[in-house]
Amino acid sequence: MQYNLEEKYIKKFDNPDTTAISTEHLDVFYGSKQAFFDGSLEFQKNKITALIGASGSGKSTYLRSLNRMNDSVATVKGKIMYRGIDINRPDINVYEMRKQIGMVFQRPNPFSKSIRENITFGLKENGIKDKSKLDEIVETSLKQAAIWDEVKDRLDSSALALSGGQQQRLCIARAIAMKPDVLLLDEPASALDPISTLKLEETLLDLKKDFSMIIVTHNMQQASRISDYTGFFHMGNVIEYDATKDIFTRPKIQLTEDYISGNFG
Amino acid sequence: MNKLFNQIAINIIRLIAFLVVILLALLIGKILGDGLPHVSFKFLLTPAKAFEAGGGISIQLFNSFYLLVLTLLISFPISLGAGIYLAKYAPKNKLTEIIRLTIEILSSLPSVVVGLFVFLVFVVEMKLGFSIIAGAVALTFFNLPLLTRNIEEAIASVPDLQLEAGLALGLSKWRTITKIILPESLPGIITGIVLSAGRVFGEAAALIYTAGQSAPAVDFSNWNIFDEASPLNVLRPAETLAVHIWKINSEGIMADANQISAGSSAVLIIVILIFNLGAHYLGNLIHAKLTSSR
Amino acid sequence: MKDEIQARILKKSKESYQEVWGKSLVIFCTLLICMLVISIFVFITSKGLATFFENHASLKNFFTQSTWNPNMSDKNGKPLVGALPMILGSFGVTLLAALIVTPFAIGTALFMTELSSKKVRNFLQMVIELLVGIPSVVYGFIGLNVVVPFIRNHFGGSGYGILAGATVLFVMTLPTVTSLTVDALKAVPKHYRQASLALGATQWQTMYHVTLRSASSGIYTAIIFGMARAFGEALAVQMVIGNASLLPTSLLTPASTLTSVLTMGIGNTVMGTVGNNALWSLALVLLLMSLFFNVCVRMIGRKDK
Repeated sequence: MQYNLEEKYIKKFDNPDTTAISTEHLDVFYGSKQAFFDGSLEFQKNKITALIGASGSGKSTYLRSLNRMNDSVATVKGKIMYRGIDINRPDINVYEMRKQIGMVFQRPNPFSKSIRENITFGLKENGIKDKSKLDEIVETSLKQAAIWDEVKDRLDSSALALSGGQQQRLCIARAIAMKPDVLLLDEPASALDPISTLKLEETLLDLKKDFSMIIVTHNMQQASRISDYTGFFHMGNVIEYDATKDIFTRPKIQLTEDYISGNFG
Repeated sequence: MNKLFNQIAINIIRLIAFLVVILLALLIGKILGDGLPHVSFKFLLTPAKAFEAGGGISIQLFNSFYLLVLTLLISFPISLGAGIYLAKYAPKNKLTEIIRLTIEILSSLPSVVVGLFVFLVFVVEMKLGFSIIAGAVALTFFNLPLLTRNIEEAIASVPDLQLEAGLALGLSKWRTITKIILPESLPGIITGIVLSAGRVFGEAAALIYTAGQSAPAVDFSNWNIFDEASPLNVLRPAETLAVHIWKINSEGIMADANQISAGSSAVLIIVILIFNLGAHYLGNLIHAKLTSSR
Repeated sequence: MKDEIQARILKKSKESYQEVWGKSLVIFCTLLICMLVISIFVFITSKGLATFFENHASLKNFFTQSTWNPNMSDKNGKPLVGALPMILGSFGVTLLAALIVTPFAIGTALFMTELSSKKVRNFLQMVIELLVGIPSVVYGFIGLNVVVPFIRNHFGGSGYGILAGATVLFVMTLPTVTSLTVDALKAVPKHYRQASLALGATQWQTMYHVTLRSASSGIYTAIIFGMARAFGEALAVQMVIGNASLLPTSLLTPASTLTSVLTMGIGNTVMGTVGNNALWSLALVLLLMSLFFNVCVRMIGRKDK
């Protein structure tokens, strides 16, 4: 069955003050091949927005463009608005921007250092040298990431000795220790077992009060469990973007409905 | 018929492999068997004699090590920079390919040609004369491509995830590379350095007309680097162990030239063997240390 | 608060400067190496061509005449720079060594990858790695003490010559060629062999028709690497070749190679003279040959892709 990719529904928000980050007509090219088309989405503050879609639908590509992690491999055209600034401009200080817009990756990637150093490394590079201050941040961020109880007795042992789920929560702790504003999560649970995944989801729900989160996931149940808004991606296009309960109960676009009900293609 | 033919062919292969093993065993046996009886502390610690028998190799041995250290001091920083560039910064385009090709060509140049170039530019044009520093430059030339490739491979073997982790924290790429990726690739880098050290240690052709073929007496109690008699002086001519073997075989007139060559050869390959084993051992040790849960 | 973050995002920070500095540094290192290579080519080319442009030696005679006496002139007043003996000598030892090394390297590599147990293979691998590291002067010394007397006693002549040179180069390049051939054979997927054996082919037929054929470009590369090393080797050859710049009449008469004449000659000539320039011409031939071997390896690699 051939779908019309022009048929879209993108929710708009009236109040600009509730928007954490947004894109306007974002296009992403790998070389001459366009991987993502004309994305204009507004992401809400202190909410979890899930990006769903089949593999190759462009959701990770889009997410990684938001804090310009794709700069070295892709050309990104269009605007990414954050605090009234287009952070897709070449003269933007991407390092300062990434301190505001943190990221957690698909595969857990702790540094091969101790658990403590994983948290403190970025802080020290940022000029925080005070030992007690560092200890305090280590504790609060590990607690926020719900891993403190598991590691508090072995902060100085290698992070690589942790399980996959623990490593991923450590990576979240490492990201939130920098006190970002927005947290981008690129399929953070895809390498984890079901129990670790549930634990991670609880953690994310707890973090909502402090951070705005955008999470790419291939798992629709996960999206419906934790997110407030959902964007459905298909072949490089955002087909539908709406409140999660609306997307999953009464999608406005046929393609979305087919994907969610599993009658795809 | 097929089966018989198969049997014959397989046995021929076995025979060839057997012959090669015998050949290699004889070779190592010959070098060590002829040489080791002449190796003694006296041999290692006395200076060479020009005409009569009974000379040692102390100065040549020192020169070889000193030259090695100088070579690494010059070539390591440059290779490290180039290795980092090629592994993490170089874009995938034609220009990068040309750069890689250029470096590869340097590694395939005959060492005698490299030696002649350094002779022409440093020894003659820059009037450095036969000197350790000219020798170190010559060895640097052919150490650079090997070391660069080793370092590049060691850095590239660290997953890109680590780089992304650093970037996502708002660190600069440079800082992430030097603080996160380099420490992780250290075992590979050190293995590369030690392996290249083995190769540098045995090189002779590039040194004959750069570091020279004479080993003037040095005073091992004189550590003033600017003094002509100091072993550390970089402007003195310095025959190395490998050059010594060539030299006494080409024009040696001492009665025991053959024994000295045999002894020197044995010392040379033992040092290189130690380097090779050391490279594996050190690599494993550091790796274990870095990844262990302290 | 909001304005402060905006300002930070718009301003260059410590990280921006680190990045520029670090990137410039590594680019500088890389370009430095490239500059070195280019200067080697420029210097040796200009020096090597001086023989023909400044001293007016004939390029044709350089490649076809066999009298090497640069300080004398022929009846046309041109310096006597016939490099044919050295060129033939270099090609002679290289080709002969490659001819001997090929079956031995392939046989040993086949044995290691297809026939031996893992233990034996690891042991051989270790021995071969050790041998790759033996310096060429040591090979030369062994050649002088073992190969030359052996040839003298069994084949006649002085023992010095192309045969001695090729034998030394054979032993010297054997470990390198073998280890590269092993790599090439290892790269052939296991299921190729299994498919062939399942079709009823014998072990030898599988090796010959499947394994060796699939690995052929890797094996050619290995042999060319060996030849490049042999062609450029100086001291080991110089010690056993006999060093007579005569046209080689047999494998047993003293001969010379480009590298041996260079090694012996540079110290005995004065910079800027015809004799010295002529030697640089030999170095240029060496340089071009090493480039040629490189191109061969590239071509094979490209065809493979």
